[in-house]
Amino acid sequence: MPRFIRYLAPLAIFLALAGLLFKGLSLDPRKVPSPLIDKPAPAFSLTRLKQQEATLGSADLKGKVSLFNVWATWCVACRSEHPVLMQLAESGKVAIYGLNYKDNRAEAKRWLQRYGDPYLANAFDSDGRVGIDWGVYGTPETFIVDQQGVIRHKHIGPLTQEVVRDEILPLVEKLEATSG
Amino acid sequence: MRLLRTVLAAFCLTWAAAGLAGLEQFDFTGNVDEDRFKELIAEIRCLVCQNQSLADSDAELAHDLRQEVYELMQTGQENTQIIDFMVARYGDFVLYNPPVKPSTYLLWYGPFVLLAIGILLLIKTVRQRTRQTETAFSEQEQARLKAILGKEVDEDA
Repeated sequence: MPRFIRYLAPLAIFLALAGLLFKGLSLDPRKVPSPLIDKPAPAFSLTRLKQQEATLGSADLKGKVSLFNVWATWCVACRSEHPVLMQLAESGKVAIYGLNYKDNRAEAKRWLQRYGDPYLANAFDSDGRVGIDWGVYGTPETFIVDQQGVIRHKHIGPLTQEVVRDEILPLVEKLEATSG
Repeated sequence: MRLLRTVLAAFCLTWAAAGLAGLEQFDFTGNVDEDRFKELIAEIRCLVCQNQSLADSDAELAHDLRQEVYELMQTGQENTQIIDFMVARYGDFVLYNPPVKPSTYLLWYGPFVLLAIGILLLIKTVRQRTRQTETAFSEQEQARLKAILGKEVDEDA
């Protein structure tokens, strides 16, 4: 028995290491898990993008399950996820709020006019301070906030049909079922 | 020689300019200690260019976070408070010096465990070898060995 173990051990170690490294290939180091999951959404109150006189704040995110999408007109990937957001908004399955991050107000308004506006409202975060509180480090980012205003999920990078179908909507439905 | 000197000077200037480009100017005449500020931003990782600290990175977010650190220092926050501020938002990943806690035990103690296993294996192998050489031949074998060697010596002679 010892002899057979002696010969198989290097093979086993090699396979384990190869497996570990192979797993590493499919992990994205840019996706840093957020410490904010299952914590109350950071408090904020900013002017709205369109109705400048009104504000949008963390209190508005309570009472229903909602998406909080961080975007900007200078963000190329945001453009690619925009049709997905439009479709999701049309389906009416979840409320979508936006955080317009370090952007130009006029340009952001123009963008929504041109490509369509999937948001119930946008908070205008010109200096990115609210973004820092939310741990934003790369747009687009999308948070799922539950009825109590607790962050339940964060998706980093553009939303796709698959992400919405497999990640976002199942969780939204689950959250709505737990305390509707 | 002269050309070389010119080229070298130009090179150094470019280098210096590139170094300066990243850091915006902060005012250190107030209650913010420059050395402490520089130490702190060197300890915090930039999440956009992940192999650079806040001090090295020219990313937009790094600019904002340096500003944030500066302002937190202005309000008299301690280093640990500022580090906590960053960790609360971006997680342990922002630290170049990860904290020792259950999820990082493997990271901190793994190498020592491997070292211990290595030493144990080494001791075991060495012991086995010495035992083998000590008791290499039984009495019977020794007698046989003597007989063979004796014969050989005879044959040689």
